[in-house]
Amino acid sequence: MPTYQLTVNGKAHTVEASEDTPLLWVLRDHLNMVGTKFGCGIAQCGACTVHVEGNATRSCSLPVASAVGMSITTIEGLSEDGSHPVQQAWKEVDVPQCGYCQAGQMMTASAFLAKNPSPTEEEIKDAMNGNICRCAAYNRIKKAVGVAAEKMA
Amino acid sequence: MSKSSIQFSRRNFLRTSSLASGGLLIGFNLFTACKSDVKPPVDLADLHYNDFNAFIKIAKNGAVTIFSPNPEIGQGVKTSMPMIIAEELDVSWDNVYVQQGVLDTKNYTRQIAGGSQSIRFGWDALRQTGATAKQMLVNAAAARWGVDASELSVSEGVINNKAGETLSYGDVVDEASVLEVPENVSLKEPKDYKIIGTDRRNVDIDKIVTGQPLFGIDYKEEGMLYASVLRPPAFGQELVSFDATEAKALPGVVDVIQIGDKAKALLGGEKVNWTAQLSGSGKVVVLAKTTWDAFKGKKAIKAVWSDATPLESTEFHDEKLTALLDGKDFVTMRKDGDVNKAFAAADKVLERTYESPFLPHNCMEPMNFFANVTDEKIHLVGPVQTPEDAANTVAELLGRDVEDIHLEMTRMGGGFGRRLYGDFVYEAAEISDAIRKPIKMVSSREDDMSTGVYRPAIKYRIKAAIKDGQLTGYQLKEAAINGNMYGLIPNFFPAGAVENYQVDVANYKSNITTGAWRAPYTNFLAYAEQSFFDELAEEMEVDKIKMRLDLLEKVKGTDDERIQYSPERMQNVIKMAVDKSGWGKQPKGTYQGFVAYYCHNTHVAEVADVQIENGLPVVKKVTCIVDCGIVINPMGALNQIEGGVVDGIGHSMYGSFGFENGKPTANNYDKYRLGRMKEAAVVETHLVQNELSPTGLGEPTLPPAGGAVANALKAATGKRAYKQPFIQDVELWKVKEEEILG
Ligand code: FES
Ligand code: FES
Repeated sequence: MPTYQLTVNGKAHTVEASEDTPLLWVLRDHLNMVGTKFGCGIAQCGACTVHVEGNATRSCSLPVASAVGMSITTIEGLSEDGSHPVQQAWKEVDVPQCGYCQAGQMMTASAFLAKNPSPTEEEIKDAMNGNICRCAAYNRIKKAVGVAAEKMA
Repeated sequence: MSKSSIQFSRRNFLRTSSLASGGLLIGFNLFTACKSDVKPPVDLADLHYNDFNAFIKIAKNGAVTIFSPNPEIGQGVKTSMPMIIAEELDVSWDNVYVQQGVLDTKNYTRQIAGGSQSIRFGWDALRQTGATAKQMLVNAAAARWGVDASELSVSEGVINNKAGETLSYGDVVDEASVLEVPENVSLKEPKDYKIIGTDRRNVDIDKIVTGQPLFGIDYKEEGMLYASVLRPPAFGQELVSFDATEAKALPGVVDVIQIGDKAKALLGGEKVNWTAQLSGSGKVVVLAKTTWDAFKGKKAIKAVWSDATPLESTEFHDEKLTALLDGKDFVTMRKDGDVNKAFAAADKVLERTYESPFLPHNCMEPMNFFANVTDEKIHLVGPVQTPEDAANTVAELLGRDVEDIHLEMTRMGGGFGRRLYGDFVYEAAEISDAIRKPIKMVSSREDDMSTGVYRPAIKYRIKAAIKDGQLTGYQLKEAAINGNMYGLIPNFFPAGAVENYQVDVANYKSNITTGAWRAPYTNFLAYAEQSFFDELAEEMEVDKIKMRLDLLEKVKGTDDERIQYSPERMQNVIKMAVDKSGWGKQPKGTYQGFVAYYCHNTHVAEVADVQIENGLPVVKKVTCIVDCGIVINPMGALNQIEGGVVDGIGHSMYGSFGFENGKPTANNYDKYRLGRMKEAAVVETHLVQNELSPTGLGEPTLPPAGGAVANALKAATGKRAYKQPFIQDVELWKVKEEEILG
């Protein structure tokens, strides 16, 4: 199996994996970073969202080979201590129900807010529409994105 | 009115001991405490960890740790149940730490998360436990000071005497641990609550927002292999043979084995036994070093399947259900008066049929489980709502003692009923038993959706007799796949309100596995019934709200013990909904739909507001009135309520699932549409304030949502929705011409 050099949350890692392995499974199974979740495997639900060079990316559909040399951020690296404004807002609004989709939601929200720090409600809905929450905590997710935007202002 | 009184005997469930490290450990069995037929432990002196499923630990520094007995599936019980204990224990919530209880017990009866019942059953027991623990600490302080316990007062974990001296709980834990468990402790008055009724965040929130391992799918052990299971692709098929040459050649694949024979021997035979269907056929298991390699290996298996039983399709189910409704093969669940006479004597008879499809649960975390079977023990870890059942079945399956089993529950990425069924636990155990290595079975989304335990497809036919402007007869017929509505549902509204009333059920036994799905049966019945009541009001030319209120009036003072709902509470939520939603006063262009429904011990009224946007009706807002008794944690409750409403709308609008030759028509989110943020209506919730015992909130707001939307769509478009999902009813989306023209 080929080996790959990855930079995840600022740290260099070398992994040995079959070349079509999606980044998701490299993170979860090889690197033991299980915060990034598996939901569908076909880029439909957003549970696996990470940042690749600052862009919200579906890690279930990104082969590890394509992630080499890129700066990858996962929920574990969004902040050192849960202090990222999005994490703060998620706590304040008490967003999660089962909580399973929330890492993906937060990664989508944080990449979005980095590019659009003062979004309208419609822009928030557009940005977050790709992330499924089976518990349907959508109203709180929307609210928390707004709260996070205020915190970042 | 039936009263659900819970028998309670403290001596039988609560034991204390001192901790080696200092401090007090109070063990209690929440669920045997809720049962009236509980027997005392054989030896009272023996505080056996296994006899208890919940614990309170009070350390010498005063820190309180509560081990929450119920698994968390997203209903918030891991937060709300400890809140109840902490309230009566009289400690500051800031000093309370909550952990998932270890569930390696023989006595975890009722330790399941389902049916919104956790809080309802736990309410008395949890309060008694907290209050008893507090009394022991007070008694210990009283003994130290040489005063009577009644002279002491407590505030936030600090005991005060009349002389102005104080002792903290931590100061007296050692003495308390050797005291008798007191009887007859008094409980707080609701007006004195300091924790119950206040907003508390999810106790796992910090871990969730930082991505800590919490879920079953996150669990790992050294040397663990990942297992991907190839199950029959169609319901009715069985494995004949397979070729694993290609799969075994893949890098990362360690082994390929066959399982299922043990499960078949134990559980097979019954055609409609979900366990037999899901567990009782030969399956091919690929074991690999990573999940991805296991998934890939599974795709490379070449398997041959035979048609063991007929392969069914949606069209076939449709015909069967209609034939059942037209036929005579019914079981009568409740019969008052004589509906046939009422129909014969009626001025008008109204009859309507409503239908709904199968639905997969689609928990966001796919089914998975860890198992490590050795000669000494069986270690099982993962998300399951029924640990007792899973442990017993695994013991039987592997021919082992249930005492060998150590089962740990994890947080669950959604349940919705799916994790009540333990097929994935048996699979994991059988795989690990075969290779004697730690393994984790992980389903892909495709596995999860296409080998599910679905909500059964159902048709309801409702028939009403109208005589002299009154509703004189009401008959509900249910035709369903496999199971039928059970228990108390036939005694819900309008039972008791109509003189001649009958509920009949019939089912077709299919080889498709079906089971509980968030708010079983009522999740669809509420829509059918509440759509029908709107049609009835139109037919009778009476006000929709007044008709409901008048019917409820007739139930007041009934001596029928079977009636489940309270007409007073129901009328109250209806009136509040009218008031809060601006019913009848909506601005031009907003169309409203009304529903009032009782299920899961909770009374709910919902009003959906629909507007026409770009020529299409859109659900903008739902006003939701909920009477669930005392609200433990409003912050968590609102999350549940909103989720239930939005989920209810999403599934009645988009949930489409069927079969073609035994194969599910959708197996991932590209083919199965779930509601997303853009479709989520705003939910405005009003909680009824009262001091009645709390009920659960995981389910009751979901069933009415579909009905509220259907009734609002009728108002907006003039068309009645008879079939879910609404999105597929093309007629429904043709808006009244004048609306489009503005
Ligand atoms: S798991 Fe990647 S989008 Fe669903
Ligand atoms: S919180 Fe459960 S899936 Fe979003």
